[in-house]
Amino acid sequence: MLPMSALPTAVQCARFYNEEKSMKETEKSVSNMQQGPDNKTMTGAEALLLSLIEEGVDTIFGYPGGTIMPVYDKLLDYSDRLHHILARHEQGAAHAAQAYAMVTGRTGVCFATSGPGATNLVTGIANAYLDSIPMVFITAQVVSGLIGTDAFQETDILGISMPVTKWNAQVKKPEEIPGVLARAFYIARSGRPGPVLVDIAKDAQVDSLEFSYRRCTYIRSYNPVKPLNMRDIQSAAVLINHAEKPLILAGHGVILAGAVDELKEFAEKTGIPVAVTLLGIPAFDHSHRLFAGMVGMHGNYAPNVLTNSADLIIAIGMRFDDRVTGNLKKYAPEARIIHIEIDKAEINKNVRVDLEVNNDAREVLTALLPLVNEKTMQAWIREFRILDHVENEKVIRPETVPGEGELRMGEVVKAVSDMTPDDTVVVTDVGQQQMAVARYFNFSGKNSLVTSGGMGTMGFGLPAALGAATGSEGRTVVAFIGDGGMQMTMQELGTIMQYRIPVKIIILNNSFLGMVRQWQEMFFNKRYASTELVNPDFVTLASAYRIPALSVSDRSKLGPAVKTMLETDGPFLLEAKVSREANILPMVEPGASVADVTLIYEQKS
Amino acid sequence: MTQEYTISLFTENNIGILSRITLILTRRQINIESITASASAVSGVQMLTMVVRTTPDLVDKVARQIEKLVDVIKVFVHTSSEIICQEIALYKVTTKGLMSGSMIGDIVRKHHARILEVTPEYIVVEKSGTRPEITELLSVLEPCGLLQFVSSGRVAITRQVKELNAYLREMDEAEKSRSREAEIYN
Repeated sequence: MLPMSALPTAVQCARFYNEEKSMKETEKSVSNMQQGPDNKTMTGAEALLLSLIEEGVDTIFGYPGGTIMPVYDKLLDYSDRLHHILARHEQGAAHAAQAYAMVTGRTGVCFATSGPGATNLVTGIANAYLDSIPMVFITAQVVSGLIGTDAFQETDILGISMPVTKWNAQVKKPEEIPGVLARAFYIARSGRPGPVLVDIAKDAQVDSLEFSYRRCTYIRSYNPVKPLNMRDIQSAAVLINHAEKPLILAGHGVILAGAVDELKEFAEKTGIPVAVTLLGIPAFDHSHRLFAGMVGMHGNYAPNVLTNSADLIIAIGMRFDDRVTGNLKKYAPEARIIHIEIDKAEINKNVRVDLEVNNDAREVLTALLPLVNEKTMQAWIREFRILDHVENEKVIRPETVPGEGELRMGEVVKAVSDMTPDDTVVVTDVGQQQMAVARYFNFSGKNSLVTSGGMGTMGFGLPAALGAATGSEGRTVVAFIGDGGMQMTMQELGTIMQYRIPVKIIILNNSFLGMVRQWQEMFFNKRYASTELVNPDFVTLASAYRIPALSVSDRSKLGPAVKTMLETDGPFLLEAKVSREANILPMVEPGASVADVTLIYEQKS
Repeated sequence: MTQEYTISLFTENNIGILSRITLILTRRQINIESITASASAVSGVQMLTMVVRTTPDLVDKVARQIEKLVDVIKVFVHTSSEIICQEIALYKVTTKGLMSGSMIGDIVRKHHARILEVTPEYIVVEKSGTRPEITELLSVLEPCGLLQFVSSGRVAITRQVKELNAYLREMDEAEKSRSREAEIYN
């Protein structure tokens, strides 16, 4: 088996290597530092910051408070090496750090104080946990002697965060800091990545230790890298070579493993169509002849319907979420299923599989490639194109090129997509705009998509946008946010203003909590309970933060407005007033089979 | 169909690991019927033995989720036939009740129990065995004036051949060969 550093690099993978590269550089600088005869004596707070530097961290998102003050005080001394972004709420800091991790492939780092600071992180931690993002959360804790006494601003954040972290630990003595941090980073980024939390008592930040740092590469009870099982690979190749109607389902794991190029090579050799999950969207070029579309509740018509005609499903780095599978009893009845997945606990969790390949997506695809036959599957691909045509006529064209009537979300997304470069970073909030972006943004395979998948966290978009932009200098960052989600974390406009973060915010305003309204229309007799919003004037709001803004509701002004937005340096807010009661279609209704797709919704009378 | 399973697992001796394990079970509404924690044959490694009632499908899923925890080394799931298990029980009975008719000797012999302490007021009897054996002795002693009854969780030894030590050795060796490879490629 090849070690990580010996594997080939590629455009999409490159970002995952930045971290390794910067690690090597720090290793060098550290070994220079360590040429002195003695380890340096310093406070726990300083040791924490040096540990972060050792791990290649240069950007931190956070919010100070009482118990974390010793760390922030030291941060001033390291401001040349550690850039701190002050959010306006700890939740915002958490989402921003996650987005930063998603676009850079590095481990996101977020600071918060004890008590409310720590509890405000919880949504952000859970969001990162469900979407497998490598993150290290540092929370401060009251002095160790007071832990457990209900001291001022004390909460049991270890207990609270336990179900939503990959690992967590509390530090009460300064000398534990380097070791615990080394473990935290190793666990966060290895195997199936995820968030970890380290809770540091205030006295451990203030007291002194002799600092020396060793990176963690092994924990006996934790084995993230497994040797490839060649029997499984060979069995997979046999199944693949004999399949007549195979379908690849590519998920987030392809991106996390840096296997985008390997996926493309594998698909092109075997001629197998590639469908993606929401988080798998940037893993494949949407203009590619083998691209089949997104699967799931608001996915494309062809890959959903043909899931149930396929004779083989090759699921790569995905976990058969209920939003992907619809009714499990009616899911893929004709197909054998190969599940390539790094997390063994995900295999056979929702869908019974015929062959499990429990390993990293890139390792597996690389090993599979020489064993699979070269093929073209014209008849099978044609089945997709026929259904694509139906979806295009009934849904996509009316949504993206409506010609008349009110503005549609789809046409706004398409306008932005058409006018932005191939490597644009696309951020979304959660709800109708998220689905509109997933469906109508033309992803090139070079984009990043920063969205909240598993948790579906409204309010994720704006803080994520600023985090993504911080980590992707030189790339255009566009964020599509609904009027509801915008108002959940709107305070982060302050952060964008303070650091002049060049995000292009597009508010798709329908004056409704659109997705909930759509469900009320479809499943609750159109009883709009608490979904209509009376909104502020978003342009005036932006101007309060000195962010240039425009509002459009007129189709003819859309293109010029998008152009102005993209040509303006720094942040920009574009409000598009879209049709109030439009629905996202097609839809696999809750409880329905993926083959039972609603293309056009007609109000039942 | 639900069935009784003994989940035995080996963990690093770290604070909080028991919480993480029970969280996985409570999320699925699986009740822990008994739980025992003890040191294992390997120093620094804790052994947990839990008895749960659930379906074969679910026990497999939670076992995988437990094994995924960073501090868990290995998880084994066994049905009753695959293990040798024992519990220990203590019974405190009034001396007056037990001495009448001098049945004490018979009871102790018949149930392979033993007497730990005798005072004018009470006698403490100890019995180790399976749950039905312990319950049986309980039903015998109850009419004699039972003052207290307590029993442990299950401790179990597996019938499998491969021991934990072998797994630990494999893990360490795999790690060594990995770092050797890394050196070669670097």
